[in-house]
Amino acid sequence: MTEFLQQLINGLALGSILALIALGYTMVYGILRFINFAHGDIFMLGAFAGFYLTPKIAKIFPTPSILSGLVVMAIAMAICAIIGIVIERFAYRPLRQNPKLTVLITAIGVSLFLEYTGQFVFGAAPKRFPELIPSYPIANIGSLSLNSNQIIVLAVTLALLLALRFIVLKTKIGAAMRALSFNPEAAALMGINTDVVISFTFALGSALAAAAGILFAVNYPAIDPLMGILPGLKAFVAAVLGGIGNLPGAALGGLIIGVTETLVAGYISSTYRDAIAFAILILILLVKPSGLLGKKEIEKV
Amino acid sequence: MNFKYAKTFLLGAIALCFLVSLFENKINSYRLFILYDIGINIILAVSLNLINGYTGQFSLGHAGFMAVGAYAAAVITNQFGELNSFVSGVIFPGALLAGGLLAAVAGLLVGIPTLRLRGDYLAIVTLGFGEIIRVIFQNMERVGGARGLSITHGWTNLFWTFSLAAVTIYLVTALVHSTYGRGFIAVRDDEIAASAMGINATKYKVTAFVVGAFFAGIAGGLYAHSKQFLTPGGFGFMESISIVVMVILGGMGNTTGVIIAAILLTLLPEELRRLSSIEHLPGITKEFPLSWIGNIRMIIYSLLLVVLMLTRPQGIFAFRKSASAK
Repeated sequence: MTEFLQQLINGLALGSILALIALGYTMVYGILRFINFAHGDIFMLGAFAGFYLTPKIAKIFPTPSILSGLVVMAIAMAICAIIGIVIERFAYRPLRQNPKLTVLITAIGVSLFLEYTGQFVFGAAPKRFPELIPSYPIANIGSLSLNSNQIIVLAVTLALLLALRFIVLKTKIGAAMRALSFNPEAAALMGINTDVVISFTFALGSALAAAAGILFAVNYPAIDPLMGILPGLKAFVAAVLGGIGNLPGAALGGLIIGVTETLVAGYISSTYRDAIAFAILILILLVKPSGLLGKKEIEKV
Repeated sequence: MNFKYAKTFLLGAIALCFLVSLFENKINSYRLFILYDIGINIILAVSLNLINGYTGQFSLGHAGFMAVGAYAAAVITNQFGELNSFVSGVIFPGALLAGGLLAAVAGLLVGIPTLRLRGDYLAIVTLGFGEIIRVIFQNMERVGGARGLSITHGWTNLFWTFSLAAVTIYLVTALVHSTYGRGFIAVRDDEIAASAMGINATKYKVTAFVVGAFFAGIAGGLYAHSKQFLTPGGFGFMESISIVVMVILGGMGNTTGVIIAAILLTLLPEELRRLSSIEHLPGITKEFPLSWIGNIRMIIYSLLLVVLMLTRPQGIFAFRKSASAK
């Protein structure tokens, strides 16, 4: 039982990281109807931003603490938000009127570009992520061990989800985002500046991915330029599982994938863990392609 | 390619392959292996072009089909290759065929979910299938798991590589230009309209996957007997992407362009590698070593993709027909 609880906690920590990445996929899909393949690599860039920022921050905050961790996370989120805006501006915006497949291929190209430029700039060998937030054991009940980092991951995720919910539901730009995802033409006719809203969406999604990158690196401290591929794909699966375009769905999907994967790795075989997400994806697309919380769409001529 | 002369082309190409293969031992082995790679990549790119280019489905799992063919053929020749000289003459083409058929079965399995999916969803599902196939091989102790599998016989030669490439080109072209095959293009151009005209879009999509996977499996068999060593990691997402790049660069639904792209993209990394082996050229200081050039192959690939999509989404070599990248 304690082992099951342990796996569950580990799974929730992993799942909330996937949920943060999945939100970026789902927001972009909701507005532009395309899969931003490069999103997983923004996650990687977030982790690397943390890697390079930590020694700099150490000059201001000599001892690593939760505060210094949050400062690093905020700066990394800002950096990645800018990168997200730049990518959208130069790679996706010129193609907005083109067929979906053209944009998808471009996104794959951007993703590969970030990965291999990352290998070239940061080096291909995995790097050890510095101790950004000190980890304390919080509870040791029998074989169940809970440390402060797992709590931080859950707390930060929850805080970011609430912040995102506030932005999307209560602010003017959030209303514009919802309008755009409902009907882009009508939104534009109503005086919404679609370019600004789309840039904002990319910034928001990229910032969440950067936060996920740092949380991931704090928990699994070996980072490399290709680290974003698998979490990115799994987060995409999470977005589809929850119903793509649906924000609570993405969060739910992330948690489900994280927990399932950890349980499978713990009880069945750890070598199959990377195939689980895809098996879930194929299953969900066969049984309920619109996802758990999604609405069914019929393609019109 | 002018289809009227297709049969002549096929016979001519096979005869030429036979003639050239008589001189095979005169070619140095480094060049020979590049030639094998070219032939294998032509088969892969032309078969993927049937799925991605002519039928308008977007598959990102071609390396998975290739892996099925490679492992199947390798296991067969390792098992039966040494019986006697007659058997070994028949066993290689037999193993390639068996690999192709098994890959076709895998293609059927992928084809079935495509009944319901399109566009980017399909791309992700095929990617997922490719990854699942890789993970399965990784867990199969019978074929060496993650450690890899060595292949006893290096039976791949110029004759088999290039005649099979010619057969692939011929069959894919013949299929697409037949009365039946016009359905592929109809499904690509407008699936809803095609269905309304009584074309069974589902059947065409599955057929494209099965035929494409079959040839990918054959290419896999050739690959296995050329490298003589297989690891599941060699059939990852990146391998699929590099085949996709060949199809896109050549122009989707443009066989001639795709063949040219396959040749160029096989030669490009080799040339880059050669360049990188020169320590430093005159005039370039040591602070700027060229050794990284070999490592930027993927950066070049990715930039090529982005720039191509921004400027010429129909592919570099599409001059006459505008094979729209739908």
